Amino acid sequence: MSFLFSDAPPCTLALSDGTVVTGTAIGHQGETGGELCFNTSMTGYQEIMTDPSYYGQLMMMTYPHIGNYGAMDIDMEADRPMIAGLVVRSFTHRYSNRMADESLQSFMERHELVGISGVDTRRLVRHIRSEGVMNAIISSVEQDPDVLVEKARAWPSMEGLELASRVGTNEAYDANVQEGGPRIAVFDFGVKHNILRSFADRGCSVRVYPGSTPLAEVLAWDPDGLFFSNGPGDPRAMPDAIGRVADAIATGRPIFGICLGHQLMALAEGLDVYKMRVGHRGANHPVQDLRSGTVEVTTQNHGFAVAGASLDPDVATLSHQNLNDDSVEGLRFTRFPGMSQQYHPEASPGPHDSRYLFDEFLEMIYQHRAIDAPISATSS
Amino acid sequence: MPKRTDIDTILLIGSGPIIIGQACEFDYSGTQACRALREEGYRVVLVNSNPATIMTDPMTADKVYLKDLTPASIKEIVEKERPDAVLPTMGGQTALNLADELQQENYWTEQDIEVIGVDIDAIRITEDRQRFRDLMEDIGVDQGRSRVAKSLLEAKEITQELGGLPVVIRPSFTLGGAGGGIVWNADEFDAKVTRGLELSPVHQVLIEECLFGWKEFELELLRDKNDNVIIICAIENVDPMGVHTGDSLTVAPSQTLTDKQYQHMRDQAIKMMRSIGTFAGGCNVQFGVDPATGRMVAIEINPRVSRSSALASKATGYPIAKVASRLAVGYTLDELPNEVTGTTSACFEPAIDYVVTKIPRFNFEKFEGVDENLSTQMKAVGEVMSIGRTFPESLQKAWQSLELGYAGLGADRPVEDRATVRERLQQPRWDRTLHIRQAFIHGASVDEVYDITKIDPWFLHQIQDLVRVEEAIAELHLADLSEALLHEIKRFGFSDQQIAHLLAEDAVTEEDVRAHRKALDVKPSFQVVDTCAGEFPAETPFFYSTYETAMESPVTDREKVIVLGSGPNRIGQGVEFDYCCVHAVQAAREQGYEAIMINCNPETVSTDADMADKLYFEPLFWERVQDIIDHENDGRDLVKGVIVQMGGQTALKLAPGLTTSDVSILGTPTEMMDLAEDRGKFSRLLKQLEIPFAPYGLARTAGEAVEVAEGIGYPILIRPSYVLGGQGMRIAINKEEVHRYVSNILALLPGNEILLDRFIDGGTEVDVDAISDGDEVWIAGVMQHIEPAGVHSGDSTAVLPPYSLSDEVIATMCSYARSIAEHMQIRGLLNVQFVVKDEVVYVIEANPRASRTVPFVAKAKDISVAGIAAHTMLGGTLAAFREQGALESSLTGYAIKEPVFSWDKFPEVPKELGPEMKSTGEAIAFVDTLTDKHFERPYEMRNLYLSK
Repeated sequence: MSFLFSDAPPCTLALSDGTVVTGTAIGHQGETGGELCFNTSMTGYQEIMTDPSYYGQLMMMTYPHIGNYGAMDIDMEADRPMIAGLVVRSFTHRYSNRMADESLQSFMERHELVGISGVDTRRLVRHIRSEGVMNAIISSVEQDPDVLVEKARAWPSMEGLELASRVGTNEAYDANVQEGGPRIAVFDFGVKHNILRSFADRGCSVRVYPGSTPLAEVLAWDPDGLFFSNGPGDPRAMPDAIGRVADAIATGRPIFGICLGHQLMALAEGLDVYKMRVGHRGANHPVQDLRSGTVEVTTQNHGFAVAGASLDPDVATLSHQNLNDDSVEGLRFTRFPGMSQQYHPEASPGPHDSRYLFDEFLEMIYQHRAIDAPISATSS
Repeated sequence: MPKRTDIDTILLIGSGPIIIGQACEFDYSGTQACRALREEGYRVVLVNSNPATIMTDPMTADKVYLKDLTPASIKEIVEKERPDAVLPTMGGQTALNLADELQQENYWTEQDIEVIGVDIDAIRITEDRQRFRDLMEDIGVDQGRSRVAKSLLEAKEITQELGGLPVVIRPSFTLGGAGGGIVWNADEFDAKVTRGLELSPVHQVLIEECLFGWKEFELELLRDKNDNVIIICAIENVDPMGVHTGDSLTVAPSQTLTDKQYQHMRDQAIKMMRSIGTFAGGCNVQFGVDPATGRMVAIEINPRVSRSSALASKATGYPIAKVASRLAVGYTLDELPNEVTGTTSACFEPAIDYVVTKIPRFNFEKFEGVDENLSTQMKAVGEVMSIGRTFPESLQKAWQSLELGYAGLGADRPVEDRATVRERLQQPRWDRTLHIRQAFIHGASVDEVYDITKIDPWFLHQIQDLVRVEEAIAELHLADLSEALLHEIKRFGFSDQQIAHLLAEDAVTEEDVRAHRKALDVKPSFQVVDTCAGEFPAETPFFYSTYETAMESPVTDREKVIVLGSGPNRIGQGVEFDYCCVHAVQAAREQGYEAIMINCNPETVSTDADMADKLYFEPLFWERVQDIIDHENDGRDLVKGVIVQMGGQTALKLAPGLTTSDVSILGTPTEMMDLAEDRGKFSRLLKQLEIPFAPYGLARTAGEAVEVAEGIGYPILIRPSYVLGGQGMRIAINKEEVHRYVSNILALLPGNEILLDRFIDGGTEVDVDAISDGDEVWIAGVMQHIEPAGVHSGDSTAVLPPYSLSDEVIATMCSYARSIAEHMQIRGLLNVQFVVKDEVVYVIEANPRASRTVPFVAKAKDISVAGIAAHTMLGGTLAAFREQGALESSLTGYAIKEPVFSWDKFPEVPKELGPEMKSTGEAIAFVDTLTDKHFERPYEMRNLYLSK
């Protein structure tokens, strides 16, 4: 809480291990909970807050000043914020950006998003780094630390949780219509807008289906490529989705998966997925393309990963690897035309180094068409 | 691919003497490069004419040439050393130009020497305005728009096309850009364009979009031979376009760019770097951003390490020069580890969780009649960097670092009147942020201040927040400050001194606030600069202070020695002192102590994270220094002592505070250092030792000074006490001048005690550097000045050994120096300045500390003078060094120290030398005979001397 400015409402952040810190309330006044994770990006807070993969998580930004350039429509990665709450060191109430629509405060209020400012985020980051991620509660209505810690303990664990169905679309819709362009069918587990834009920018027709859509219904549109999107939660808790991926693989059509989609593809092919101790969340992770040796600086957002030890060349080869911890970042599948990336080639926020992967997928589609069916045949 | 094995010897070119725009950042980068290349097993041959650098120490390179940076000297070295490759990107524009000059002669190819780290043919593109424009157009990078007009009508049309006034007009082919400039309004437009057309021999003017007031950014990039490119740091200039980036207050990371804007900038920068040839190394790119539309244009690209990359290295912890050197010899980024974390890759983009502020330091007071307005021509002589968790904290710490008497952003100073504040804000000046604060105190709105300054409102809001905190503190009494409240105030960067001033009651002192704070256990937390925002554990002991809740700088059980650095470079206190500090750190480590460095100058070797056992990147501001000492003492007296002799006046000024705390000063006792500054006491000592000195007097007012001067007689030398580089020093020949000069000094340094000495006209000045271990005194060097007395020793050409003094005179000086050293109980360094006239030796002053000439003597004789001195402060003996042969000089003939000036940056200032130092750097030359051209030079410069 603030002792200098009495008009700043006090707020408390309580972690399930008993750690309690106080600060001032930002955004909507109320109470919220979720897994406390952190992101080291120095720009792009609004994209992060609206990234469906973060659904249900409390997002702590390591950069101290957040809100500097306000909020605006073009920075939305979904139609609403997806994080459960925001934790920052120094919230900017008075932003500076003539192109912004509103302040981050007003954005958060409008979407009833609860947050806390003025806390020592660095200490909490180092705490999570050594103790692992844990659940927490932010509250500006209840100040009793014991009560809040109890609530944090009672909060359901992310592990074993299926969340994708809560953030994906409920009805199929066309994100882009391009006459004669390759047709991309997107299984939406919480797809980021910039993934859809990335396909659209490359002249694709993009139709987005709820993640639970029966495969037959999707195939009725006769897509050239199938895309399994990013999204929140534990992929191991999604047997239906894994089954659907397996069915899709059986069609022999090119398949691309990002983040959660990548994990679902790995699981469908019998590889293992585990929950990481801390996870990767930032916009500065180096990933090497093992095929060319070049390195891309990538946007990352995942708490689960494919186990490298489970890789089997008969199933998939490692195409991309994290230079910091050697974790699996990309797979090329052996038994079907398929590719998957753990990180986010669509960036937003983050560097644009990996955009080529969308081109690579389209190349896969063109090659597949050349063998299977001419483009006129599939699109007629 | 690992490092190359087809090259063995690498020639590295330094940047030469320090001038404005090219300072000691290249000692830092060059030293890093040498160390990195030697670690890889290469033989490094270095050439640099600047003796005051660590890079020219024998320990840095395999072979050091202290030679002029000319094609002839390079050829001579190449002849002898037969290098396989040359690395010209670590020595600023000087090295790059030199390499380019030889490239144009086809020299490198003829000699079969490969130029590494840069595409030498491509750099010309970056220098040539038109070729750069064309290239940017080819690769689709936006620039400021422009078109040529052949008539007034056409000029009007183009102006309309460019979005209206203001525009920049540049008449084609006029000498020195005559007739060019910004046109602000319609009234002057017709006249200026018409005149421009007339002036132009081809009757053409270029109408250019005016980027004045746009936001300005810089990116620091690294690229390897596989074409992997990473961005180390984005720097935002708080001062908008129109002020040279070296003169701007800058912050890192960028604060006001959205991710889309930043990524666009990143894409453009990478594209630009890839367009200027194939090379592996570092580069800097600058952009302007229109705040109204977000439009972004490229300004320039520099394919080498720079002042900004030194700043970026210190700001992020990422060692750019070291990595760039490794990339130049064939490594790729993915093969190199991040040395800060020890576990992750060097191929990444640092994430930081704090705010870095850089403020340039100027020396306008040394140049009478200088234009103090900041513009596109750099004028700063140095800079400070500060690290805080937030911008307000960082900004206040930066002002504490500048050593201009500010305890923060000015909350402990009187507020100027509204009109003055408004007037001062009109033009970009060195103290603009101070006046922004004052404008808010006067009730100005952010919009008003923005309209005048064009500084992004985000920064203005933050400064306005600080004013609000000030107002809140002003309502409080010391007793009101609870632990939580004080902690919150400290988080905004307020010093105890500022808080004491702001509190409602009058009688509260800084010491009271400190005592209260310590009683409440409100202490800074020291945090690691870790390149990764805490995501991974860090191994590098590089810390900054802030007020958070976790301590990241563990205290070891080892006995510690703290070295106080010399702060920002300025005329009179430059890289020489950083050189001495680095040696002090090394000596302490050699003797088994934990060596701790405190400094705030990002350009230096001393602030390289692996020089000391621990680096605190902190202001040399009493409160901050005391907090570090308290922390490292840990209530267990773990700090053996503090070395203040090496950091110039910066460190020395902190000595009085140290004597009242419970930590000892290593080396010469403090009261003796004080004696040297106290003219009365010092003169009594000289009298007692029967050493002649000029008649003198003391004064505290101009009136008093005139009275004293009349008694002593003219010409008379006037100088303030406790300054370096002869600040304010003048020679007066009548009482009017005495009155004027003394008034000027007192305006700048209120309360100062003024010294007045009879000026010994026509004498010869001599500098003596000596070391005492308490048992014996060793004369390190005797330097005779070529210029007559009256020219500041720092601006004089010094010759080692003396070339025209009798043996008796030299013996007398040595004996005087010895006897002063003994009586002042010197332990460590002593510098004595003499003037000799008619075979009589007079003492002018004695300085019980490192002098500007220490590195020069060290290089001239190849003796580690600074290191030996530091050892004696820690208990080492001269006898031990003598036994090792470490006191034996290798000098044959003469070594000459030549001052270097930056006059071209101040065309309006008369080029006049006098008792106030004006040179920014120095070069060393070795000559055999008195007929060498180096002896002639001072006589050619005769017309620069003070004319009476």
